[in-house]
Amino acid sequence: MKTILVIGNGMVGYKFCEKLMTKTNGVNYKVIVFGEEPRPAYDRVHLSEYFSDQDAERLSMAPRSWYEENNIELITNERVTDIHRASKTITTISDKEYTYDYLVLATGSSAFVPPIPGIEKKGVFVYRTIEDLDATMSYVEEIKKNKSDGKAAILGGGLLGLEAGKAIIDMGLETSVVEFAPRLMPRQLDNDASKVLQRKLEGIGLDVLLSKGTQNIEGGDAITGMRFSEDEVLPVDMLLVSAGIRPRDELAKTCGLDVGTRGGIVVSNDMRTSDENVFAIGECALLNHMIYGLVAPGYDMAGVAVDQILGGDSLMPTSIDMSTKLKLSGIDVASFGDALNEAKESESIVYENKFQGIYKKINVSKDGKKLLGGILVGDASDYNMLHQIFLNGMKIPENPEDLILGARGGESASFGSALDLPDSAVVCSCEAVTKGAICCKVNDEGMTTLKEVAGATKATTGCGGCKPMVTDLINESLKAQGVTVKETICEHFDYSRQELYDIVKLKGIKTYAKLLSTHGKGKLGCETCKPVAASLFASIYADTGNDHNVIQDSNDKFLANIQRNGTYSVVPRVAGGEITPEQLIVLGQIGKKYDLYTKITGGARIDFFGAELHELPLIWKDLIDAGFESGHAYGKSLRTVKSCVGSTWCRYGMDESVSFAIEIENRYKGLRSPHKIKGGVSGCIRECAEARGKDFGIIAVEGGWNLYIGGNGGATPRHAELLAEKITNEEVIRYVDRFLMYYIKTAGPLVRTAAWLDKIEGGIEHVKDVVINDSLGLCDQLDKDMAGLVNAYKCEWKEAIENINEQNNRFAHFVNSEESDDTIEFVALRDQKMPKLWA
Amino acid sequence: MNSILEQYKTVPESEVKTWFKAAPVSKFPENGGACVKVNDKQIAVFNFTAEGKWYASQNVCPHKMEMVLSRGMIGEDCGTPKIACPLHKKTFSLETGENLNGEDYSIAIFPVKIEEGFVYIGTH
Ligand code: SRM
Ligand SMILES: Cc1cc2nc3c(=O)[nH]c(=O)nc-3n(C[C@H](O)[C@H](O)[C@H](O)COP(=O)(O)OP(=O)(O)OC[C@H]3O[C@@H](n4cnc5c(N)ncnc54)[C@H](O)[C@@H]3O)c2cc1C
Ligand code: SF4
Ligand code: FES
Repeated sequence: MKTILVIGNGMVGYKFCEKLMTKTNGVNYKVIVFGEEPRPAYDRVHLSEYFSDQDAERLSMAPRSWYEENNIELITNERVTDIHRASKTITTISDKEYTYDYLVLATGSSAFVPPIPGIEKKGVFVYRTIEDLDATMSYVEEIKKNKSDGKAAILGGGLLGLEAGKAIIDMGLETSVVEFAPRLMPRQLDNDASKVLQRKLEGIGLDVLLSKGTQNIEGGDAITGMRFSEDEVLPVDMLLVSAGIRPRDELAKTCGLDVGTRGGIVVSNDMRTSDENVFAIGECALLNHMIYGLVAPGYDMAGVAVDQILGGDSLMPTSIDMSTKLKLSGIDVASFGDALNEAKESESIVYENKFQGIYKKINVSKDGKKLLGGILVGDASDYNMLHQIFLNGMKIPENPEDLILGARGGESASFGSALDLPDSAVVCSCEAVTKGAICCKVNDEGMTTLKEVAGATKATTGCGGCKPMVTDLINESLKAQGVTVKETICEHFDYSRQELYDIVKLKGIKTYAKLLSTHGKGKLGCETCKPVAASLFASIYADTGNDHNVIQDSNDKFLANIQRNGTYSVVPRVAGGEITPEQLIVLGQIGKKYDLYTKITGGARIDFFGAELHELPLIWKDLIDAGFESGHAYGKSLRTVKSCVGSTWCRYGMDESVSFAIEIENRYKGLRSPHKIKGGVSGCIRECAEARGKDFGIIAVEGGWNLYIGGNGGATPRHAELLAEKITNEEVIRYVDRFLMYYIKTAGPLVRTAAWLDKIEGGIEHVKDVVINDSLGLCDQLDKDMAGLVNAYKCEWKEAIENINEQNNRFAHFVNSEESDDTIEFVALRDQKMPKLWA
Repeated sequence: MNSILEQYKTVPESEVKTWFKAAPVSKFPENGGACVKVNDKQIAVFNFTAEGKWYASQNVCPHKMEMVLSRGMIGEDCGTPKIACPLHKKTFSLETGENLNGEDYSIAIFPVKIEEGFVYIGTH
């Protein structure tokens, strides 16, 4: 049996063992691993998490028992001190000797500490091991004990330095990042990107100092400051050095292996050093004159070394991907490929939005066909897809700017679906999992969740950056399989909305609990089926948003639309858009009283924004006292019936469109449906009310009204289609009643009338048959059902206010305190206010 | 902004030092949630009446840092109790705090106990 000795039990040394075990099942080789650190290999990439939970277990790559189960002898706390290549032996610090057939150097690197005078002082730390973090944390505690305004600095504004800076701020010290270069992350970002990032960092309280060379570390025994020049000193109580890494090649040097002039054990692309029985992998290895300071290339090297030892012929690829995404929650920074256009082979396209703090740049080959690299700051949501397009040399859109701006004017997204990637695309680079492997789990092995796929492939278990893309792949593969062939509501109900409508109605089911226990699965349901049930109870029994409160969708639950900052909007009904000067004055007074942002909506009424939860009943009380009613702007229900001024004033008007719009809006107010419903009434074919863009549109013509249905503005505009011509007011109402009721009974959840009409077999002719010619014999029922709903109308805000009791007030922010939410922040906007922007 | 998130760390039942007396059970909607002020923090408490279980989590949604999770909707995902944020419907496991849509961020969760008709939240 041959013996493999592994020196170094870091991330890459561990990965070597794992890959060796997968390939050999632990037979044929005796493996001994030496680690200088006291504990088995842990995840250095997520080291910063240790600052917040001090849970070393959680970072562990594998417990000691794993090594035992695989017959690997793991000797920690034992540094290897010499290699004797002639006798193929090594010695350790405790003078033990071991013989090898193959030797694997996975000694990693150490933090580079620049030789600044005074750098040896107390209070200067590096950031590489759990012990480093323990030492840093206890020093921070000491500083905090002795002074209230302790200050720290980070030397180095690269990837690690910024991560460290954030960690120290979180520990409660004021922190500055000191960078020698004129920009942050100089290896990944250009100047403009750095500026945007700098503003973001300053936003979280990290001070940034650029172009600063440190001449001297000030202080006696312990550090008190950093001197940049004759007259510039930054006072600090501690310093964390993050100025780069130095490969640990000391063993290799003393045993005569080739090392690079600036350090690193020279290897060829089979990962062998100048001695063919000695391999070097990970951050100690110098490949193509480069040290790859990232874990993914290290893992690839481990794989190559394993294969070579087993007699295979794998080699490292000629180009190694160095793309990176910063792991600071809330701060998006990523760069990939030739981000700085160092090869000068590309043209750049840049998008910058200073207001929102977004900077995006892509470098495109001169022929406009290939994506060569890019930088994303402030919004890196497209990173995974762009990175894949770059890695796989995929075709890019004709207008490359679509990649960062999105396709404008067209229907579809600029880069289609994750399924367009080639099967060989490596989606999870930490674990080298390809798109093909992920889709195979879904398509051939029947997996349906991220959890299952992650368990089976290890994808997403490394840095986690690929999670969104893996999730997309799973969902889109499922979709492509037609998994949702039957339009069931969700995992809790095997019925379509129409089937559930009939069940509820025929069996007289009145609560969600009953519906779930008699026709669903499980005890709890979810955010998909609950609002559907609430909507059915409303459409069948005229229940309001106050009933079944906990199953109502976000907005129905509090009878108001939730806004960006957790406040709400308030929209009183202004039927047909007709409003008196007195009403306008009252609205103005209420807006002023509660300091609400006020605007006229696209639905021709008035919207107040920025009401805090506990203010809603107060505002509505005032509105109701002044004669207003709920406008149901929050519900999947009738919104507005827009009118034009019509024959009352207009010289072309054929009929009184305002009067009719008011009558119709008041008829259907409060009516709940699968999606929202909007109407319009125009006084002539000039169509100033845009009635044909509404779910139902009514237009006055010579001889009566034309009635159109199934129009839509919004995301997919569609003109309404003619249902009946030259009909009377009564006929309009009869047909609209039946059309709406038929839609309410048969549409899927969140399907508007336009999409419903597009899908229904027979289209408009079928609907005409049903609502005019009574082809299904349904008309009586439809008429009766609608009459019932119209008669049952009540203003649900009035109802809500009457039923608030001190004991149980759902509009209180806290159950145990009268206080309001003090985290809500507004900023000024013109003469009003708006929520503070999202970071 | 993220300093808000730093204030909320999962408290395992075994590490509870103080049980914060929140409010009587009757104050919490059945099969719904409500927000409790715990000193200067906001904790969302969820009453899974159908199962006779209670859960608690940070009230702030880590997606956009808004104090809204207690106003979300509870439910289950293949047997895991979860909460859906009212703003963009991101869902989180109430057992582990894990994001169930496959995104990176998660929420901190806290133990809850009921004694003599009162809801208590476990804190450090
Ligand atoms: C306030 C308002 C914008 C404004 O300041 O003018 C608005 C605001 C919202 N609209 Fe709208 N829409 C508003 C008029 C419109 C219009 C114009 C109209 O009604 O004539 C349209 C296009 C017409 C149409 O619906 O066909 C419109 C098409 C949408 C859509 C796309 C619907 C579609 O079928 O494609 C959505 C998304 C959805 O409903 O799923 C939407 C959703 C929203 C939501 C509810 C988004 C949300 O979930 O938070 C916004 C919240 C409103 C709030 O907090 O009060 N809003 N929205 C308008 C309120 C009208 C009112 O008085 O009630
Ligand atoms: C804070 C931090 C954040 C990072 N973030 C990222 C990131 O987001 N993405 C990314 O790709 N990479 C990141 N990295 C880099 C990544 O951690 C390294 O690329 C990876 O750990 C390299 O693995 P390695 O096994 O080569 O070296 P190491 O993990 O350093 O392991 C080497 C081990 O060998 C031991 N050793 C050395 N000499 C001897 C000897 N003579 N005898 C016995 N044992 C010895 C050392 O003590 C050490 O335990 C980060 C690193 C740090 C410190
Ligand atoms: S168009 Fe979009 S942003 Fe504007 S109000 Fe409607 S939903 Fe909101
Ligand atoms: S803020 Fe909670 S999902 Fe967006």
